[in-house]
Amino acid sequence: MAVKQFVVGSFQDEELLVPAVKKVRTVGYKLYDVFTPFPVHGLDAAMGLRQTALHTAGFIYGALGTATALLGMSWIFVVSWPLDIGGKPHFPLPAFVPITFELTVLFSAVGTTLTFCWLNQIMPGVKKHIFHPRQADDRFVIAIEVTPRTNIEEVKQFLLNNGAEEVTVQTAEEGWWYGFFSRKEKYEQTNPQWSVQ
Amino acid sequence: MLHYESTVREPLINGSKDYHQVTEDIISPIEKKPGKLWWIALGFSLTMLLFGVWSVFWETYWGIGVWGENRTVGWAWDITNFVWWVGIGHAGTLISAILLLFRQGWRTGVNRAAEAMTIFAVLCAGQFPVWHMGRVWLAFFILPYPNSRGPLWVNFNSPLLWDVFAVSTYLTVSILFWYSGLIPDVATLRDRAKKKFAKFFYGLCSFGWRGTAKEWQRLEALALLLAGLSTPLVLSVHSVVSMDFATSVIPGWHETIFPPYFVAGAIFSGFAMVQTLLIITRRILHLEEYVTLGHIEAMNKIIMLTGGIVAMAYITELFIAWYSNVVYEQGAFWWRILGPYWWAYIILITCNVAAPQLFWFKKLRRNIPFTFVMSIVVNIGMWFERFVIIVLSLYHDFMPSAWVYYSPRWPELGFYIGTFGLFFTCYLLFAKYFPVIAVWEIRSVLKRSGESYKQQMVAIEQKTTEAFIQEVQHEHAVVAH
Repeated sequence: MAVKQFVVGSFQDEELLVPAVKKVRTVGYKLYDVFTPFPVHGLDAAMGLRQTALHTAGFIYGALGTATALLGMSWIFVVSWPLDIGGKPHFPLPAFVPITFELTVLFSAVGTTLTFCWLNQIMPGVKKHIFHPRQADDRFVIAIEVTPRTNIEEVKQFLLNNGAEEVTVQTAEEGWWYGFFSRKEKYEQTNPQWSVQ
Repeated sequence: MLHYESTVREPLINGSKDYHQVTEDIISPIEKKPGKLWWIALGFSLTMLLFGVWSVFWETYWGIGVWGENRTVGWAWDITNFVWWVGIGHAGTLISAILLLFRQGWRTGVNRAAEAMTIFAVLCAGQFPVWHMGRVWLAFFILPYPNSRGPLWVNFNSPLLWDVFAVSTYLTVSILFWYSGLIPDVATLRDRAKKKFAKFFYGLCSFGWRGTAKEWQRLEALALLLAGLSTPLVLSVHSVVSMDFATSVIPGWHETIFPPYFVAGAIFSGFAMVQTLLIITRRILHLEEYVTLGHIEAMNKIIMLTGGIVAMAYITELFIAWYSNVVYEQGAFWWRILGPYWWAYIILITCNVAAPQLFWFKKLRRNIPFTFVMSIVVNIGMWFERFVIIVLSLYHDFMPSAWVYYSPRWPELGFYIGTFGLFFTCYLLFAKYFPVIAVWEIRSVLKRSGESYKQQMVAIEQKTTEAFIQEVQHEHAVVAH
């Protein structure tokens, strides 16, 4: 993954953040991402993000679960080993309902959660650059990516004018990597290109 | 963005807070070293757990005969305890899923602890059917997989197998729901961590979460989807548990009202357990401002409602036994009330039907010591409900020569005590090392439902409608220019 330079502004309130995000897009700076300590409603619209398709994935996994349960049980009871249980029919559809339902839910829940992790690129032990130490506490952070055409000073001033309490310039790895937060310093010494300036 | 909620509604967060204060209040107890009380409680729980392990070892070595079961009463304390623990596990999902779908803001203060309780209760519940198998090393026979025994498949017609699927699905989905909501708070812990181990541990557990707009959007979609899946799931789990009984031909078990009756009872006992745990937790961790009297009252109302449904089920059961004209059915209920176990039925009615009626008084609903006592009374009552259903339907069976009186022996008692040990050990570890309140959810309702923010609304609410409309129109006009 690429190491990039970012202009990072932190805000104290979401009511300052959302108008600032809208302005970043109007002015045309390259908005890398916005980090908030809780879901700010209206922020995704302000950033121009589309709605997630996670629900559709959930439906597909669920349908897969239904099919697995129904086909599996039918095959076992009818084809693989037709067992006489008290003279009951070999294909007792009503008796299949509970397990079919449970497997539908199980497949959908597990599948969607794994898709959620994959889309967000999160996993145990994954490490990503933290732009502001309090971005998961009470600060709302905008990161603007520096391109060859970006005037850093101008962007800094722009963020300050729009209510940022603090603006910094950071160089960071934009993707994720494996590592331990406890060994951050050591990690950065051996990989100087990933250290934060 | 106008975060507006009428002051008629009670605030969900008391006191004057900002986002950082919320984080400090909930997270800082985790960063401190555990206190003396915590160590004592943990030691006590571990002792109970060890006693349970010893009891289970004894039972596995000698066979389940050491429990006190006999040919007439083949299901006793173990299945009673299984149903009791699974029932307790229902409140967490009800709070996190059903109240999410109903957009009940008060769930934010209690959902994390309740979901954790759900998971630990289901873990405890799962022990009982597994060890009840006797030859526990053959427990994998309940899984349907191509095998060299025929292949000998499981019986998909059996509610006991449905139970395997229902309970294991429930445990899995509860863990996913709980943990996906926990990730952002673990990220907060990670960013605040000072010590080496804490940085490593919370770094590992936070999955690299940063709280980008897209991550939040997906998390909310996931929560809604899991809530939608969990809602029918939670209703199905105890329905399936009830079918273990209802599909049999034992008088006292063979009843069509069992599924809703069991589900209501489960929520009834589950909320009682949430009360027991949260009343202690909020006191020790000083979270009275987040788990307010309003939260406790709301849960007491649910206890009252579900208690009413349970009472209705008891009456229906008795009425149908009489109305059906089936002598065996009538006999089962006759022996339930007037047989040698009359005292169990009296406890059941006192705890589950009579006692919750006191919650009609608002003063008692908002009284914390009273609620605490009631939460324990309800769980005693619900344990006896399962005991009455299971043992009291079996001990006087079709042949008077086989009638017995059942009492447990120490390994069965020890097993039950052991699951308490497991439950409290898990809860203590969770409450010490993870936030018991969903911090990010509190942040997201703070401006709408926080006490100090609501007070700003008093001025607006006191205005006349005309004055308010004029003001808003004026503001819009200014913005338009």
